[in-house]
Amino acid sequence: MENILRSIQLLLKPGVHDGEGQRVAEAARRHLGLRTGRVQSTAVYSVRYPVTDQQLHDFATRCLQDPVLHDVALDELRHEPAFKSYILVAKLPGVTDDEGISAQNALGDFLNQPLDTHTQHIFSKRLYFLEQELPESSLRRLAEELLGNKLINRFEVGPISQIRDYTPRPGGGAESITNLVSLTGLSDEALVQLSKDNLYALNLEEMQAVRAYYASPETQQERQAAGLPTDPTDCELEIVAQTWSEHCKHKEFSAVIKYKDLGTGEEKEIDSLFKTYIKNATAEVDRQLRANGNDWLIKVFSDNAGAVRINPESLFVWKVETHNSPSAIDPYGGAITGILGNNRDPLATGIGGAQLLFNTNVLCFGNPEFNGTLLTNQLHPRRIFEGVRKGIEDGGNKSGIPTVNGAIVFDDRYAGKPLVYCGTGAVMPMQLAGLDSWEKKIDAEDRIIMAGGRVGKDGIHGATFSSIELDETSPATAVQIGSPITQKLAMDFLMIATRRGLIKCSTDNGAGGLSSSIGELATISSGAVVELEKVPLKYPGLRPWEIFVSESQERFSLAVEPSKLEELLALGREMEVELTDIGYFTADGFLDVRFDGAPVAHLNMEFLHDGVPRKTLEAEWQAPQAQEPQLATDLDYTDVLTRLLGSLNICSRESVIRQYDHEVKGRTIIKPLMGATGQAPQDAAVVRFNFESWEGVAVSNGILPRFGDLDAYHMSAGAFDEAVRQIISVGGKLPNLAPGDNIFWSVNDNFCVPDSVYDPTGNPDGKQKLAKLVRMCEALRDATAAYCIPLTSGKDSMKNDFKADGVKISVPPTVLYSMTAKIEDVRHTITSDFKQADDVVYLLGETYDELGGSEFYQLFGELGANVPQVRFEQAKELYTLIGQANDQALIQSCHDLSDGGLAVALAEATFGYGFGAEVELKGELSLAAQLFSESHSRFVVTVAPEDVVAFEQHFGTRATRLGVVTTDGQLTVKHAGQTVISAATADLRYTWSNGPVNQVIGLGHDALRNTNESSTGGLG
Amino acid sequence: MVQALILTGFGINCEEEFAAAYRLAGAEATIVHLNQVLLGHVSIHDYDILNFPGGFSFGDDLGSGVVLANKLRYRQTPSGRTLLDDIKEFIANGKFVMGICNGFQVLVKLGLLPNLSGNVTPEVTLTHNASGRYEDRWVRLKVNPNAHTPFLKGIDTMEVPVRHGEGRLVISGADTLAHIQDKALNCLTYIGYDDSPTDVYPHNPNGADLNCAGLTDPTGQVFGLMPHPEAFLSLYNHPDWARRKRLNRGISEEGDGLKLFRNIVEHVQGQRAEAVPQEASQFSS
Repeated sequence: MENILRSIQLLLKPGVHDGEGQRVAEAARRHLGLRTGRVQSTAVYSVRYPVTDQQLHDFATRCLQDPVLHDVALDELRHEPAFKSYILVAKLPGVTDDEGISAQNALGDFLNQPLDTHTQHIFSKRLYFLEQELPESSLRRLAEELLGNKLINRFEVGPISQIRDYTPRPGGGAESITNLVSLTGLSDEALVQLSKDNLYALNLEEMQAVRAYYASPETQQERQAAGLPTDPTDCELEIVAQTWSEHCKHKEFSAVIKYKDLGTGEEKEIDSLFKTYIKNATAEVDRQLRANGNDWLIKVFSDNAGAVRINPESLFVWKVETHNSPSAIDPYGGAITGILGNNRDPLATGIGGAQLLFNTNVLCFGNPEFNGTLLTNQLHPRRIFEGVRKGIEDGGNKSGIPTVNGAIVFDDRYAGKPLVYCGTGAVMPMQLAGLDSWEKKIDAEDRIIMAGGRVGKDGIHGATFSSIELDETSPATAVQIGSPITQKLAMDFLMIATRRGLIKCSTDNGAGGLSSSIGELATISSGAVVELEKVPLKYPGLRPWEIFVSESQERFSLAVEPSKLEELLALGREMEVELTDIGYFTADGFLDVRFDGAPVAHLNMEFLHDGVPRKTLEAEWQAPQAQEPQLATDLDYTDVLTRLLGSLNICSRESVIRQYDHEVKGRTIIKPLMGATGQAPQDAAVVRFNFESWEGVAVSNGILPRFGDLDAYHMSAGAFDEAVRQIISVGGKLPNLAPGDNIFWSVNDNFCVPDSVYDPTGNPDGKQKLAKLVRMCEALRDATAAYCIPLTSGKDSMKNDFKADGVKISVPPTVLYSMTAKIEDVRHTITSDFKQADDVVYLLGETYDELGGSEFYQLFGELGANVPQVRFEQAKELYTLIGQANDQALIQSCHDLSDGGLAVALAEATFGYGFGAEVELKGELSLAAQLFSESHSRFVVTVAPEDVVAFEQHFGTRATRLGVVTTDGQLTVKHAGQTVISAATADLRYTWSNGPVNQVIGLGHDALRNTNESSTGGLG
Repeated sequence: MVQALILTGFGINCEEEFAAAYRLAGAEATIVHLNQVLLGHVSIHDYDILNFPGGFSFGDDLGSGVVLANKLRYRQTPSGRTLLDDIKEFIANGKFVMGICNGFQVLVKLGLLPNLSGNVTPEVTLTHNASGRYEDRWVRLKVNPNAHTPFLKGIDTMEVPVRHGEGRLVISGADTLAHIQDKALNCLTYIGYDDSPTDVYPHNPNGADLNCAGLTDPTGQVFGLMPHPEAFLSLYNHPDWARRKRLNRGISEEGDGLKLFRNIVEHVQGQRAEAVPQEASQFSS
């Protein structure tokens, strides 16, 4: 039987609500101003598998059709006569089509045939019918902006009388062509041009180093012996470019930096930011920990994720990464591959098979209500926001991993490139089949097994692409779509295979694909042979170099002892995970890549990993000219507080949070929103490790880019402190306070900065930007030393600029500190919301005249000058006192002060139940500073009346009594005998819940009114 | 010991808390990949309760639960039987089947719920929430006093989280609707603060017909629900645990959801005790 194309169309029965069609019509009107009339959405499945008419009919009606909801049309695209236009949304060849694959699974089950699910036979599409007859240009615009992305979808549009279908071609073989690229005799300009044309992202010096390697007599001899020509192959240059990419090699963090402080005239030379401020600082922390009997720091900076010991049986593994560039051009795909890719890091740490416990995400976007003109190929911030949110929803929810913590920061400078930070925490047994789980061991002759998805052109050049700035011509092939279901299968498989001792070690295929994963694993044994013809492909036409550097998702590379191979392959078949033996490790010092026996690449491992020339960069620091503004003296502070609560960076994120599953696995103890109302925002998440003990982990994120406009040092120190104090707030304790107390902390640093390499024309303020980065790193070193908190892993993303139409949008220098700390008993943690009337409200910590960079000043369009500073010694002392107070259960609620200062924290603490509070401020600072200063290391806490004496004795001058919790639902703040704030907390919560974020994502008004009722319901 | 079999694989992801629930309730819980059963390595007949956990089986790509239900109905084991054949036999033997969230969706798409006809054909469906979105939020449920299923014995109301995008029960046809109500198969109802059934969002989070959150079959042996009782095993799962604990120092550390698992485990234990009274008395004499 010939493989002719059949089709099945599912249409909603008349009378069944077409939510999707309705949403498309509404969005077209709201966002594009297009009148579509009624829109009908239908699903189409194209079947390129031999089936009889009867089989097709039965498959459609018994497997695909929901008899309650659907009508079925076979081999036709049916529509009502009322519709005038159509839009077909199909996927481009090789783009992940989970729906098609699932239908194929169903067909295999239905026919009881072993239908290979790794080759695509069924293709899913959406077909929309529109009542209005719209011109093709409008239909295309609607399709591209609302229904898909032209980088991953193929659209067909037009009048309904001329429906064109489109189906990608099915899988097949490779195109075994390997080209040579001669570097000999090229001018400097030609070398640079070659690098640019091929997206190598290598600079002149690096290109020269590559040329020198090939020109050396030693190399020539080696190549002759291996049967390779003198000139490099395309694959070799791709491997070098990937391995030497900023993404993989962190060249700027490893560079020599000449730093000059223009204010003081001080000059210094920094021998690698990473070594000086991160690695050495952590080594010093580890020394102090070990000297005190705390030897829980197990693995730092040397694997896919950092690992610390929870207890003698298990390790906690923690990794946070960014996925900025892909999210800028395809927000959904970028975010979902970001979170799934980050999941693979802890999964493939050490031997592999860690059990994933939770996800976090921190997102930085432009203003979603932006209404100016977009640059060429710049996506609207709202579209980026919605796409990224959806990607995180699907990536986390469909993998069964709770998203427990996060943050969203808005600043117009993120409108070119958003920042998408994805974090994953996991637990791993200390021992797997009798071996130390965190160690990666490989010997020559061990087999290389590729596990998971197949390879296509998706994601080619991701590693190099993320190492350059984005512009309007950014490549389509850099886009990838994740398949959470494929990864879930691989994840389940890894869990079992590692526990049976079938895998020696594993690593993930992320940026750089096989080239990166095998290139790195091969350093353990000192070499590898890869047979590319064995790699299964999604579709024909890939060349060997493309197969090797493709970043097609959901793949792992495993090292497997030959004697275990059979058992491993059998397990893969049973669990329906595709495993392919693609070569073996060696000890000869070469990465040897072949296709059908013919040499494709043969590279000296030492050159590949250590041959990149070191950069020397220049940095110049000049403190910005800033001054404090003069604001009106008669401000209405109730109005100011209300406006702050409704402002973009403070308002509720509930519409986003509720679309993430934050409690699957049943272990989340402190969720993002708590209280009887489910609307009280919390400081850190707390998750227990299992159901047998009450041990758990607190998770927090600190990020404060606004303060960087005043001083990057204080911004970085403040962000670090913010993450620490959030964990202290929920009841965590600082590490190393007592010998052998075994309270682990594990921190990931993630720097996202604009291009900071000086160039007189392209980047004239590069030296200043680099100086900011240096200062951020200095603060990091000081903070880790002060708190004795170690970094365990991290990442830097160095080119967060978007260039188009002669305009450059650069992100503000940003650093995120993502922290985790052990909680000995989750039942003793503290939430932020007020618990009971008559409890006494205190401020812990000291307020300074530090309104610089505050949300308060932002309301008035001012920046100010007095940036908040962290006083580490004082802070550490306070955090220690809080830990002791929690041991005596003296604190009933605790909320850290951040955006919006004391006033906002007080308001938020009432959101859990509808309590009020009566507070009097007596400090000597200006009232505005007392209310809105964002001074660090402070908390609003409540204390039961019977504990007040013990509490005050314990904290002494560090605690300031503010007032009491009341039942009247009013927030009243008095100062110098006057009431300066008086508001119903229900109104404040309403404003906060109706802020711009929930408006954009669309928490319905009905929903809000109803949840608002719950406050009165709660008290009544 | 009461034996609970919990199926996993293909995107199911709530198997661990499901197993924990049974263990806390005093049963032995075994998590098994569905293919282990389909390949004949594990027999469901060695167990007392068959459980379908929540998650995204096959990514919910063709509608939640559809592909998994299809597999159970059509995929043949080496002996030429389908798993549905075995499940029918399992139920005929007086044993119990439970589905939560995606597992409930599977039982509905398969026709095991509500199974008014007894023919195991789909009679109702679960589809996209009226809000058009996936949501994680806590709801309150009331047990239909006329429902007869051991799972819900002695429970009046309970709090539980919902975490789904396709939980709206659609019952087409007045006859089906009437039969379900007559037989009290709509065993769980979303309620508001006043404990009465509600169609108001977000108390009723998805717009389900009859405000229905869960169904049983006419025997009461097959039970499924959209919310997650296995996610409320301890007090500390509840969003308001800290205030409640402050209010009542002696508050139980158990969550509402655990009761349901205790119920079924005790029921099976009771069945066994009834089944072997003579043997037991012989030994004791």
